[in-house]
Amino acid sequence: MSSKLRILVPVKRVIDYAVKPRVKSDRTGVETANVKHSLNPFDELSIEEAVRLRERKLAVDDILAVSAGPAKCADTLRTAMAMGADRSIHVDVPEDKPLEPLGVAKLLKAIAEKEQSNLIFVGKQAIDDDAGQTGQMLAGLLNWPQATQASKVEIDGEEVTVTKEVDGGVETLKARLPMIITTDLRLNEPRYASLPNIMKAKKKKLEKKTLADYGVDGKARLKTVKVEEPPARQGGGKVEDVDGMISKLKELGAI
Amino acid sequence: MLSATRHSALRTLRAQACSRSFLSESPMSFRARLLSTLAILEQKDGKLNSGSLGAVTAGQKLGGSVHGFIAGKAGKSIAQEAAKIQGLEKVLAVENEAYERGLAENWAPLLVENIKKGGYTHVVTSHSAFGKSLLPRVAALLDVQQLSDVMSIESEDTFVRPIYAGNAILTVQSSDPIKLLTVRQTSFPPAETEGGSASVEEGVDPKVESPTEWVSEELAKSDRPELASASRVVSGGRGLKSKEEFDRLIPPLADALGAAIGASRAAVDSGFADNSLQVGQTGKNVAPQLYLCAGISGAIQHLAGMKDSKVIACINKDPDAPIFQVADVGLVGDLFEKVPELTEKLKSQ
Repeated sequence: MSSKLRILVPVKRVIDYAVKPRVKSDRTGVETANVKHSLNPFDELSIEEAVRLRERKLAVDDILAVSAGPAKCADTLRTAMAMGADRSIHVDVPEDKPLEPLGVAKLLKAIAEKEQSNLIFVGKQAIDDDAGQTGQMLAGLLNWPQATQASKVEIDGEEVTVTKEVDGGVETLKARLPMIITTDLRLNEPRYASLPNIMKAKKKKLEKKTLADYGVDGKARLKTVKVEEPPARQGGGKVEDVDGMISKLKELGAI
Repeated sequence: MLSATRHSALRTLRAQACSRSFLSESPMSFRARLLSTLAILEQKDGKLNSGSLGAVTAGQKLGGSVHGFIAGKAGKSIAQEAAKIQGLEKVLAVENEAYERGLAENWAPLLVENIKKGGYTHVVTSHSAFGKSLLPRVAALLDVQQLSDVMSIESEDTFVRPIYAGNAILTVQSSDPIKLLTVRQTSFPPAETEGGSASVEEGVDPKVESPTEWVSEELAKSDRPELASASRVVSGGRGLKSKEEFDRLIPPLADALGAAIGASRAAVDSGFADNSLQVGQTGKNVAPQLYLCAGISGAIQHLAGMKDSKVIACINKDPDAPIFQVADVGLVGDLFEKVPELTEKLKSQ
């Protein structure tokens, strides 16, 4: 394998992180109509890291952004391209039948093989389903090394050194390309897409594909029984001073 | 919850017994075959990680037999220790230094072999850095859609987990033949480590080599209780303004309460506290008896990690901060005055 990097970056369109999601009254899901959506924050880190590798003068041949979902995912891909991805693929998946992480991983495997990717940056989790599985599943399916929750990535030829966040600190791993890395918050500070770059992104290539093109069936293994609001906490009100706080804490048996 | 589990397990059992010709077997062996859980136990430097014992508790809630799984350099001697965990029928141990660092690349095939050999219907591990990295890889190899961060078990195939940073609670039913779960540490108390009498067996070792090499680790050293399992947590946010102020105000208060120290993302990003102390959607989940925070506004992502705490207390100078909506005890005031005063008054009691 050549040491030129062909980077694949899967991105997901999710409800914006600053929006407080509302559970639908029929308890079938979360209200998504007319709610602001954006690029999953961890996927921004993935794109940013790929672009920085190129800026570090590494031999980056291609940065391909991929998203699977309804038509509006095209906007998400344009954002990714405005941040620096070279091109993108939009795999059409109906809004009412979203892929589960395993389905996404299978799709990405097919794409990675077809596009001859040798480095894949996956966000550590999507902030909607909070599953945190896709990168590891993809690594399993491809039988590639994985480094999850990366906070630092160094590439020297085909050798990749990744510092990852673990419980209680950090851990450093080394592996060779091809490899999958899932990105954590501390990895970098994603850039804002500048207006000229947003304009340029409109001219970049965005291919439309279907699941059938990659021979993936999007059948769900999980059935939503119900989605509910979490039990509401009752704020206990305010106290006047530190003594009030101590006596209230005692009353509640906390100290 | 337990009765629902049993009920549903029995129903499956009957359905299977009626539809298939297993008549030669006794109902007991049916049940054992139909429901058996492998609980993956974590170890570090030859010591069992108590945080992973919640997997055994979750396994017991599923009904059926629960086997423990342990692997590493001192696999067999820890297995003797693990055999005393209450609720375990058997402990599978694999002694091989290659598994010491918990690398997913050789652990995943190791587990797949042992899951297949044991015919397990459920595999449970805790939603720790290790579990999160490993179990999805195992799931993909088994062609199973895993369930992450399970908070409660409704029946053998129905589970409850948080989505959208805990702003919605999803009940979900799995149609996969094997259910793979990572369970939330704060939702399943650790199983007792004394009084059990499991048998110890050697697990299968496929000896797959890992393409990744472990280089080093840097763990934040602390004599304080571990954040995820502490009964009290004192947490600081952006309002502390600097690392110096964080270190001056937060540790003494934590000491006065015998508490672990936590931090908001803002505090971690600004370098006031180590990454491993972050509480929230992308950090740790905590559910202590007391969560006392200062200078934290209470963003959705932070609340996701602490709103299951028994008692929440906060000190913040902004009376409209969202943290007051969830706090049982809120004090509006300048934390630079209130925190030292609180520390002194707690110490003198």
